[in-house]
Amino acid sequence: MTLSTMLASMGEGMLRTCAIFFLTLIFSMPLGMIVMFLRRSRFRIVREITKIYIAIMRGTPLMLQLLAWYFGPYYLFGMSIRGYRFPAIIIGFAMNYAAYFAEIYRGGIEAIPQGQYEAAEVLGYNSVQTFFKIILPQVIKTILPSVTNEVITLVKDTSLAFTLAYNEMFSLAKQIAASQTSFMPFVIAGIFYFIANYVVAFVMERIEKHYDYYK
Amino acid sequence: MILQMNGIKKSFGSNEVLKDISLQVDSGEVVSIIGPSGSGKSTLLRCATFLETIDSGEIIYMDKQAVTTGTNGQAVYVGKNELAQVKRYFGLVFQQFNLFPHYSVLKNIMDAPIHVQKRLKEEVHQEAMELLRKMDLEARADAYPCQLSGGQQQRVAIARALALKPEILFFDEPTSALDPELTGEVLKVIRQLAEEKMTMVVVTHEMPFARAVSNRVIFMDKGFIVEQGDPEEVFGNPQQERTKQFLKNYQR
Repeated sequence: MTLSTMLASMGEGMLRTCAIFFLTLIFSMPLGMIVMFLRRSRFRIVREITKIYIAIMRGTPLMLQLLAWYFGPYYLFGMSIRGYRFPAIIIGFAMNYAAYFAEIYRGGIEAIPQGQYEAAEVLGYNSVQTFFKIILPQVIKTILPSVTNEVITLVKDTSLAFTLAYNEMFSLAKQIAASQTSFMPFVIAGIFYFIANYVVAFVMERIEKHYDYYK
Repeated sequence: MILQMNGIKKSFGSNEVLKDISLQVDSGEVVSIIGPSGSGKSTLLRCATFLETIDSGEIIYMDKQAVTTGTNGQAVYVGKNELAQVKRYFGLVFQQFNLFPHYSVLKNIMDAPIHVQKRLKEEVHQEAMELLRKMDLEARADAYPCQLSGGQQQRVAIARALALKPEILFFDEPTSALDPELTGEVLKVIRQLAEEKMTMVVVTHEMPFARAVSNRVIFMDKGFIVEQGDPEEVFGNPQQERTKQFLKNYQR
């Protein structure tokens, strides 16, 4: 098998890897915002339930969570859903990453000095204006480095989809490596992850620069 | 009468910070509040600006009742919309400035008049530049707060408060976060405002300033107003033992 045929057969896997990556980000980042608000709810019961959710998401392996999301409906309710494999992967990833993002957002929000809220209140801003005009822009600036970390981890975590026998790039690399007794597919996979993360770091650095105009 | 606070009581848990305080401020008056830390002077200001809610008493701005106390002794605030109306009467300058770091100097001053008071941008811009000229900061209009000294930041904060055209301006230890060299430039601005008959209430530790600028000095201790009156009287001839003791520490 030549290099180009290897690349060709891994290409589709790369697209699947990208699909997991982008869909997870699209769902988990806003979901994390909701989880953060629940975690900061004024109702104790809501806060406590959210804390348990976050503890489970962070305290158990993502691999195990993927299995639970996929096989859970069958073992718990006897349901077998056709075409559920890919949705289960996205649900698993999004729910897991939402917990991490929620904690990052929370850290960012709690780092904003109380004086910013008080100044906004005395100046007459309502709570929506205060959040979107005063608080959120400052939160985004402070959390960017942590978000970068999380996104880079996600690039590499996409390979966990192999748990549910989903043929993303790394699963294909393993199959080809086994059938061809070649290490080359792993080298290609490594380069792919490296380049992907290089792009992530580059983009995030540009965004950070954009917020560089103040301290 | 711009502000009337009657029988204000405020506790944090079991700690009674304000014990039946009354304060009236007339138009054009400059009132200084002095006293040791923990005496309740900052809390009084925070209650007047609704950053803290009082337990009982009443607060009236310009004949508009903002807080009343019924027969059960519990303070009742007016509705959200009415309270927003009352809030337009006052401004507050913080010890820590609390400028918005992501806004330029000009935007810090212009944003609330435009987006809260819904005034015209051109008009607000003109007024903001005038305020900056007054604060001697015209050249720094496009700077960000982090590029300014503490004294400059505090002057921007004063301009930001004035841009909303309040009837009364509160200062919560406006120079306490500044080193002595920068204190003067902020006090100069406040003095200038006093000459223009701006109604002000200043919580301060700057005794010479309080003596020179204010029409009335209030000495607070342990949640009470111990003594108040003409600055020359309070500083030159204090009647209460506690006042004498406090002022002695400042005459070194």
